[in-house]
Amino acid sequence: MGLGFDNSMQGRPRPRFLSLYRIHLPITGLLSISHRISGVLFYLSLPLWLWLWQHSLRDAEGYAQVQEYLAAWPLRLLLALLSWWLLHHLLAGLRILLLDMDIGVGLRQARASATALMWLSPCVLLLLLGVYL
Amino acid sequence: MNQHLSGLPAWLVQRLSAVYLALFVLLALLWWWLARPNDYAAWHALFASLPVSIAVGMFVLALLLHAWVGMRNILLDYLGYRPGLRLAMLSLLGASLLAMGVWALRILTGVWTGVLA
Repeated sequence: MGLGFDNSMQGRPRPRFLSLYRIHLPITGLLSISHRISGVLFYLSLPLWLWLWQHSLRDAEGYAQVQEYLAAWPLRLLLALLSWWLLHHLLAGLRILLLDMDIGVGLRQARASATALMWLSPCVLLLLLGVYL
Repeated sequence: MNQHLSGLPAWLVQRLSAVYLALFVLLALLWWWLARPNDYAAWHALFASLPVSIAVGMFVLALLLHAWVGMRNILLDYLGYRPGLRLAMLSLLGASLLAMGVWALRILTGVWTGVLA
């Protein structure tokens, strides 16, 4: 089947544990779930990017209008957050590409790189807020 | 049917598209920093140039493939074994990505034809 169905799983209950208050993730798990969340948020924001892109290219008036929207603080804040999610996703992704190439695979190195990224990410956010706001 | 975009092919597509997306974003940031267009004519001329529209078109395609694999992985992980719901959500995901792909294509071609209502 093309959609990833697996009949061998039929009828067998899959283990699930989604109690957010009782989940204590290791730092690598925290990076992993934030990688997923930032990806989903960026996917959800795609129509906004497309809409802004389209209107900025329509005519000089649309271009000026988009610049006006981008200058208003609610959209500025949103764009700072979106850029943060994108950069967080990108950096976490580069780490995974390195892991794929057997670089930093050991538990200690993997923890260290995950910790570094989780610290670097808020710094990126502060930098972006400084640029946008 | 073969395993379309699942298993190893999906993993490979996710990685290859990731490399292109990362290179594109980093180069775009560098370009934005060094030589950003500051009026409508320059902005429009940018996307009217063939190399840029090819690079952006490939970016959109890579983004759609990347989003498909990533969102599909997440849906399969969290939906559990509910074939009907899974089919519905994956269809919705595919349709939304296709719609955005057509939208992006219209923007890129609209720059040439001048029709961007």
